[in-house]
Amino acid sequence: MPSWSQFMDALRQGLPLIKPQLQLTLFGIGILLTDFFLEQRFKFLNAWVAMAGVAFSAVELWRLRGVEAPGFNGSIQVDSFFVYFGFLFLAATALVILISVRYLEIEHEHHGEYYALMLFATVGMMFMASGYDLVTLFISLETMALSFYILAGFLRNERRSNEGALKYLLLGAFSSGILAYGFSVLYGLSGSTNLGDIANAIALRPAGDILVLLALVTVSAGLFFKIAAVPFHQWAPDVYEGAPTSITAYVSVASKAASFALLMRLFLVPFWPVRANWETLLGVIAVATMTVGNFAAITQTNIKRLLAYSSIAHVGYILLGLVALNDTGLKGVAFYLFAYTFMNIGAFAVIILLRRKGLIGDELEDMNGLIHRNPGAAVLMLIFLLSLAGIPPTAGFMGKWLIFWGLIQTGHYYLAVFAALYILPAAYYYLRIVVHMWMTDVTDPVRPTISPAQWVALVAAVTIVLGAGLYPEPFLRLAAYSVILPLAR
Amino acid sequence: MTPTQISQIAFYFFAGLAVLGAILTVTVRNVVHSAIFLITSLLATAGIFLTLGAQFLFAVQIILYVGGIMVLFIFVIMLVNLDVALHQLQFNRQKWVAGLLALVLGSQLGVAIWFARAKGSLDIPSGRTGTLSPQNVEQFGLALFEKYALPFEIASVLLLVALIGAVVMTKKRI
Repeated sequence: MPSWSQFMDALRQGLPLIKPQLQLTLFGIGILLTDFFLEQRFKFLNAWVAMAGVAFSAVELWRLRGVEAPGFNGSIQVDSFFVYFGFLFLAATALVILISVRYLEIEHEHHGEYYALMLFATVGMMFMASGYDLVTLFISLETMALSFYILAGFLRNERRSNEGALKYLLLGAFSSGILAYGFSVLYGLSGSTNLGDIANAIALRPAGDILVLLALVTVSAGLFFKIAAVPFHQWAPDVYEGAPTSITAYVSVASKAASFALLMRLFLVPFWPVRANWETLLGVIAVATMTVGNFAAITQTNIKRLLAYSSIAHVGYILLGLVALNDTGLKGVAFYLFAYTFMNIGAFAVIILLRRKGLIGDELEDMNGLIHRNPGAAVLMLIFLLSLAGIPPTAGFMGKWLIFWGLIQTGHYYLAVFAALYILPAAYYYLRIVVHMWMTDVTDPVRPTISPAQWVALVAAVTIVLGAGLYPEPFLRLAAYSVILPLAR
Repeated sequence: MTPTQISQIAFYFFAGLAVLGAILTVTVRNVVHSAIFLITSLLATAGIFLTLGAQFLFAVQIILYVGGIMVLFIFVIMLVNLDVALHQLQFNRQKWVAGLLALVLGSQLGVAIWFARAKGSLDIPSGRTGTLSPQNVEQFGLALFEKYALPFEIASVLLLVALIGAVVMTKKRI
């Protein structure tokens, strides 16, 4: 019978480890309470409160650097992996808050709940990166996913938004079910929900044990849904097109990074003993994902759909980093996710500029002649698109280069060549947007304006994208900091 | 018959009932019938909890799901217009492909489990099976507030999100 003091000791030891998430939760609840008293024209204050929450959380996260400790009876594990991904989520959240304010005002859906849900989603993502127990991981995944279902349907008067949200909810619930089944098999063969115990139990089993493979396949299927890898990608274009553009940016970046954090935690800890099995699986999925993503993107005329397919292709590249499975490859995954966060949010931030009363602004034609209408935005978009295509000197190039280098080091020459070739179709469809911006006549004379908050987000994104491309050393060190290889332990 | 055999028979009975109820829930046309089959499925799940020695969960499952949530469901069904659903297409054109794929997947799982059983790798590590203990509720509470205290707290955030979502999605003016 455990005593009260034991309970308090566990709490005292664990609380500092979840302070970043506690700050976000408190600020989220704070927004919900104060939003009630704000008049419509003061709703932008909610964004400030949300930014303050992100800042406080970042301070607490900064104080956790270098800490390596389990907490709450092994429910979470704070380590450099968590700190790196935590900062990534906070950066994505801050950027999306900045680009949301004016967009929501135009859509007449400026409510405090929006920002509160974003903070709660971040709480879920952070626990996904730090969770070390199947129950924690599953509940935090659901917290994130549920917030995103609601945010995707936040434009309640728009059909596409409703449709996207419903599809996201149904397919998301289905994939969660498959994931939960995989978790139940993992629990069944180890008798524990702790990832370390599961790893030990799997290591004791003979190679090619059918139950382990069953768990691996079902868990992977559930996770592939979340990261939108082929053949579980069909929801992505509809959701990306229907959701509010700011949330499209958020889902494509933060949800993906968090799901990758979860995938890496699961594959590098409990499934580490069967890595020979999942390396092949991930290789096949990665090639299929790159193929479908890149070729489907070519024919799109809606920019949000185009970026949705391109984000599917990016997932393929990131998965290849896990196939390489050496220091360079894993560093590549971390760096790629980092670069992808900034370049993709940057690209969506430019698309948001086109939104005004009476124009959704997500068709390729809406971009026509942007260089004459707003040269600054056109130049920024060019930089983000070059980075997405992986052309030097941008962060996107460094990410791809690291992953290819990892593949070559581990002898996956064919995969490396294959992935490098796919840069060509990618460059084609990204440059199509550039052609519309720079080389077509102006069809729509209205000049898009940029609000101060959007300027901050755009400048921050472009600084990182160019900075990490021109002088990658500090960023590479950050990425290396995140790598947790079971081999090294 | 030994007690293990009895509990095995009980398990297969309840498990079969739960699966059957779930299948009928999605295949019958009448929504009220669906709701009733869902109740069957939930009750059978409660039965499985009982065979595992989790009496508290058994009671909670019946009171909460069957007693609370399902009654709400049926209320909602009574309030909305049912005639529309009856005239709509129940399955889309891909149903045969989907059915075939489901069958292949199901048989794969079946084969996997069959072979695992033959090899003896289905044996659960000892000492972890549910035991009938008089302090069931106490054990449950300890697990919830000690080992799983953190997920329990995260679940409160999850429920808050769900609550906000329900309001945001249904209310015309927030």
